[in-house]
Amino acid sequence: MPADHVDWLRREGRIVIVGASLAGLRAAETLRAEGFAGELTLIGDEPYEPYDRPPLSKSVLLGKASPHRTELPHRREIDAKWRLGVAATGLDLSAKRVKLADGDEVEYDRLLIATGVRARPWLKADEARLDGVCLLRTRDDAADLYQRLKAGPRRVFVIGAGFAGSEVASACREMGVPVTVAERAGAPLVGALGGVIGAVAADLQTENGVDLRPHVTVTSLEGDPVGRVRAVHLSDESVVEVDVVVVSLGSVRNTDWLTGSGLGAGPRGIACDAGCRAFDFRGIVTDDVFVAGDVARSPHALFGYQFLSLEHWGNAVAQAETAAHNMICHGADRRPHLWMPAFWSSMFGVNIKSVGVPPMGDQLMITQGSLAERRFVGVYGYQGRVIAAVSFDNTRWLEFYARQIERGAPFPVEFPTMDRRPEGRQPVAADFPDPSLPTHGPTVTLTGYSPADQQLVFHPARH
Amino acid sequence: MRLVVDLNKCQGYAQCAFLAPDVFAMHGEESLVYNPHAPEEQRERLARAVAACPVQAITADGLDGAGEQGTGSAQEARDAR
Ligand SMILES: Cc1cc2nc3c(=O)[nH]c(=O)nc-3n(C[C@H](O)[C@H](O)[C@H](O)COP(=O)(O)OP(=O)(O)OC[C@H]3O[C@@H](n4cnc5c(N)ncnc54)[C@H](O)[C@@H]3O)c2cc1C
Ligand code: SF4
Repeated sequence: MPADHVDWLRREGRIVIVGASLAGLRAAETLRAEGFAGELTLIGDEPYEPYDRPPLSKSVLLGKASPHRTELPHRREIDAKWRLGVAATGLDLSAKRVKLADGDEVEYDRLLIATGVRARPWLKADEARLDGVCLLRTRDDAADLYQRLKAGPRRVFVIGAGFAGSEVASACREMGVPVTVAERAGAPLVGALGGVIGAVAADLQTENGVDLRPHVTVTSLEGDPVGRVRAVHLSDESVVEVDVVVVSLGSVRNTDWLTGSGLGAGPRGIACDAGCRAFDFRGIVTDDVFVAGDVARSPHALFGYQFLSLEHWGNAVAQAETAAHNMICHGADRRPHLWMPAFWSSMFGVNIKSVGVPPMGDQLMITQGSLAERRFVGVYGYQGRVIAAVSFDNTRWLEFYARQIERGAPFPVEFPTMDRRPEGRQPVAADFPDPSLPTHGPTVTLTGYSPADQQLVFHPARH
Repeated sequence: MRLVVDLNKCQGYAQCAFLAPDVFAMHGEESLVYNPHAPEEQRERLARAVAACPVQAITADGLDGAGEQGTGSAQEARDAR
């Protein structure tokens, strides 16, 4: 009987978590907090216990924290079997077994997949191998990059001006290192926040001495005879001499190990329902495989049931807690993961935060402060509703806008606000790039429908 | 001691930077930077900062009430390099 099965599971079942980072750890803690007394195994391919990533591109690069010491505090004892430094390489859904790189197999009654994403490498492998070409995702990456910045390079070149790339550029300037940033779009952060806000980010960079090159792509990386990177070639035919290149072209979801498993997993992540239960490739929900964090994409009722992939710290925590809860309770007690997307970043001494899904917005109003002062709140509208908000050094207002989004408050924003300026009385186009064009490092990927999907051909089944 | 700040919650009130200036600092008007590995001698100050944060954004090993102390110390020993 199903009810008995859940009781049995809670007492002596086996739960396996693949991906021992933020989402994996918080899920393990929640399982124990909610009374799971069975066997818990955490599998992680990194040799380290769960650590925090956001400081890697901020305090670590500024020398204010050690890249080796960003381990996450534990909220409670989790009494788990840790399999660190070994990757999961396969999944047998019917035998309920995870295969490991060392040949071992681990059986589960319930599985949580929290394998996150990895940094997208430079596309030409031989150039990517040049000494001085760096990525920034892991603590080893951060330790390596920090050493290189500290050594006082002639110039650092950042490919891609998303949040991560812009944070690296900011750290370079603060350390007095010359830096060039190349971005295919017209400005930094355009994919995440649109062109109007992107223009503010562009000013921030240039005023802080960043050599910003919008509307260009990198065509090749050139090495010297001993294999160190020496120069970067751009699509406008210019060449920049550098010692360090930071590739910041967004991320790739860690789903390769699931190829052939029958799970609905692919380059866009693992599709799951709002209860964090993974779909198989036929679109049927599984009942014993759950997903959380950066690798998951799940439908959100507030945002038109779009499947959202969120590379957000807060989402990883919230989704892990919901997944863990749902893994060990009866159907009627399950909760949906309907988290209000929220993200922060800081660069050039400015605190940037957003709530909701800015790329869904087509219009923007500056409801407080002004763009010129770089202290403002921008509200995004979509089909007459408030869909997102972003703040530059104005974080206290975001909570208010989060409530507006939840309530589907009307857009254009009509209420009078403090510090409303003439420029904020009319909405303007938010100026997002064509969604079918890939952007660097989106913080939210709308995957429910993309114009790029028009290549899909649907063949109805014949009966 | 390990700590993490949920910067989605953080409102930049700077209480923590006032109470434990060696661990937390404001960077610009509103952004908080912190050392996620506070030295042991900061325990007292850190505890005060955790308690004083108006939005309870700070989680620290053994300091946030729910957590049992000493969690993962065996891990830590094993992972120390
Ligand atoms: C430099 C940087 C700065 C960031 N800054 C911010 C920020 O300011 N604000 C914000 O909201 N978010 C930020 N983020 C994003 C945030 O860190 C992520 O959203 C969060 O780490 C997601 O957690 P996760 O557990 O889902 O995935 P991850 O942290 O990616 O963890 C997944 C883990 O699974 C492991 N793994 C992968 N495949 C396998 C396998 N086959 N077998 C075993 N293990 C596997 C990975 O190695 C990794 O350890 C930042 C990220 C980076 C890298
Ligand atoms: S006390 Fe809390 S809200 Fe204030 S700066 Fe520190 S962490 Fe942020």
